[in-house]
Amino acid sequence: MTYTTAIFYFFAAILVFAGLRVITSRNPVHAALHLVLAFFTAAALWMLLEAEFLAIVLVLVYVGAVMVLFLFVVMMLDINLDRLREGFWDYLPLAGFVAVLLMIEMILILGGRHFGLEIMGTPAPHPADYSNTRELGRLLYTDYVYAFELAAVILLVAIVAAIALTMRRRKDSKYIDPAEQVRVKRNDRLRIVKMPAVKKPETGKGEGA
Amino acid sequence: MSLTSFVPALPEIFVLTMVSLILLIDAAVGEKRRYIAYGLSLLTLIGAALLTLRDFSSMPVLALGGLFIDDPLSDVLKLFLYLATAAVLVYARDYLRQRGLYRGEFFVLALFALLGMMVMVSASHFLTLYLGLELLALSLYAMVALQRDSSVATEAAMKYFVLGALASGMLLYGMSMVYGVTGSLSLGGVAQNLADGTDLRIPLVFGIVFIVAGLAFKLGAVPFHMWVPDVYHGAPTAMTLFIGSVPKIAAFAFVVRILGQGLESQVTEWRDMLVILAVLSMALGNFAAIAQSNLKRMFAYSTISHMGFMLLGILAGSQNGYSGAMFYVIVYALMTLGGFGMILLLSRAGFEADRLEDFKGLNRRNPWLAFVMLLLMFSMAGIPPTVGFYAKLSVLQAVVEIGYVWLAVAAVVFSLVGAFYYLRIVKLMYFEAPADTEPVAVAPDTRLLMSANGLAVLALGILPQPLMAVCVHAIGASF
Repeated sequence: MTYTTAIFYFFAAILVFAGLRVITSRNPVHAALHLVLAFFTAAALWMLLEAEFLAIVLVLVYVGAVMVLFLFVVMMLDINLDRLREGFWDYLPLAGFVAVLLMIEMILILGGRHFGLEIMGTPAPHPADYSNTRELGRLLYTDYVYAFELAAVILLVAIVAAIALTMRRRKDSKYIDPAEQVRVKRNDRLRIVKMPAVKKPETGKGEGA
Repeated sequence: MSLTSFVPALPEIFVLTMVSLILLIDAAVGEKRRYIAYGLSLLTLIGAALLTLRDFSSMPVLALGGLFIDDPLSDVLKLFLYLATAAVLVYARDYLRQRGLYRGEFFVLALFALLGMMVMVSASHFLTLYLGLELLALSLYAMVALQRDSSVATEAAMKYFVLGALASGMLLYGMSMVYGVTGSLSLGGVAQNLADGTDLRIPLVFGIVFIVAGLAFKLGAVPFHMWVPDVYHGAPTAMTLFIGSVPKIAAFAFVVRILGQGLESQVTEWRDMLVILAVLSMALGNFAAIAQSNLKRMFAYSTISHMGFMLLGILAGSQNGYSGAMFYVIVYALMTLGGFGMILLLSRAGFEADRLEDFKGLNRRNPWLAFVMLLLMFSMAGIPPTVGFYAKLSVLQAVVEIGYVWLAVAAVVFSLVGAFYYLRIVKLMYFEAPADTEPVAVAPDTRLLMSANGLAVLALGILPQPLMAVCVHAIGASF
């Protein structure tokens, strides 16, 4: 066993353990933290595959941004775990059967017989000064610029959709727009109306205005 | 890559620029001048049509690093996409206005969806096919959910979103298997690799199964149809009109590009899968539609059966089959626009004309609209001299040519079953007393468009040759 193989098994074992804990731990915060661990070890595995850029981006984006947000959400929501676990044992036989079936199928198809090293071959290692960040950047902005722009358009649609679906002005909101407040004129606040007198003022009594 | 290499994608670039402009302008001018967004959207469609016509290609041209293909098939289909989208905007206008849905986002999302469909139609790479599909799907989910106060619409959007994501996952999984086998993501590369033969038969078939399942989900073919009736029923009718008509044209291109161009050499593998999908769709679609009392649900099941019919043309795997299916899907879009458009026309503020009894005695309330609806229903049922008959005939011819006579017979039998519920609407319109006595108030331009829509169904039925020639030419020059 070479040094890298040993490292691979080390990280793979942590990854599997973290993945299992994500779905088995009773505390949602623990589950989220184990997901962070899973992302982190997955990044280490990518590093072994010489995909340095992807590994760092995974840590920065998923661990640094997505999971932090996720943790906030998990901590703010009051999740009732017992309700989520309702019916778990009822569904287990069927779900387990389907899962095992899927796993057997995938092992049959994806195993070494079809996609093993003998058939696919080992990719040639790159020299130490090879930068896959530059390569990725070059590809994204030349050959795949069309796909890259399309992905950007999809993100724009996501923004438009999110705003269209969630932004609404509540009628009972007491919010005041400062700009409107500044622009206000005397006439907007005070209205002087002239009304003909309909009733003769009663003299002598102190009531009425 | 020089600047001239962007020229084939000019319509897409134009549409994207205009959507961004409409997004900004509409936010600036506000609710009072919404007609600006409406007018600009129609202008965008006209401009894109002119650009497409200007660069109408006579042979396939690969561009943008092989991700984009400009061929007669994509140009013809794009023109129909513009036309159908414009019809949706006109039909939907009054309906949306009465329901407080006449918002800038509607136009923006509809045009983004159109852009996604344009990308799908002229994709020559798994990556662009998928990105176009996601662009379309994401816009459609948001459009369905746009009516926030309706719990039915929200539920429909949720179902659509979850099942759509599942279908995308299956499609991607299948694509990744095909990539693993062929080592190429471009359709041309895949076709070339497979033509040389491969040792990895089992993973390839495994991948094709997932791709076909994903495609069937998106088309709404049985047994992947569960979302169609709920989404069609739950979405606001204007959105149903859009979902039901325009994306089907793009879906046809999507299926033909993947199966017909990329996996052409594996026709024996996917043909049997499509046969099962087609027969089940036609059977379940037509029988389940009989039991519906809601017109939107009925049309949803009729869509399922029509998609089964379109698959018949594709499974033939021949040029005749593809051009027949192309003719069918264009005609289908035309009929669906008319059908859902009629529901929109008869609806008014606070009233949805989406039940069967709302069409009772339409002949006495408005004879002309009743006649147009009669033409549309005859066409959907496939009764001559309307175009629906010719569409079904051209697909059936292709099926008989490859020796699947039993399949053609089954298709005819299921269409006969389907004729029942289309003709039931005709009976309700002409032989029953109206339950609803409100006069039908329709804007002049909408009325004109509906008349043109109905008469086109008749005119194309009498003279199908020009459209058929266009389809045959587009398929012939692109394959």
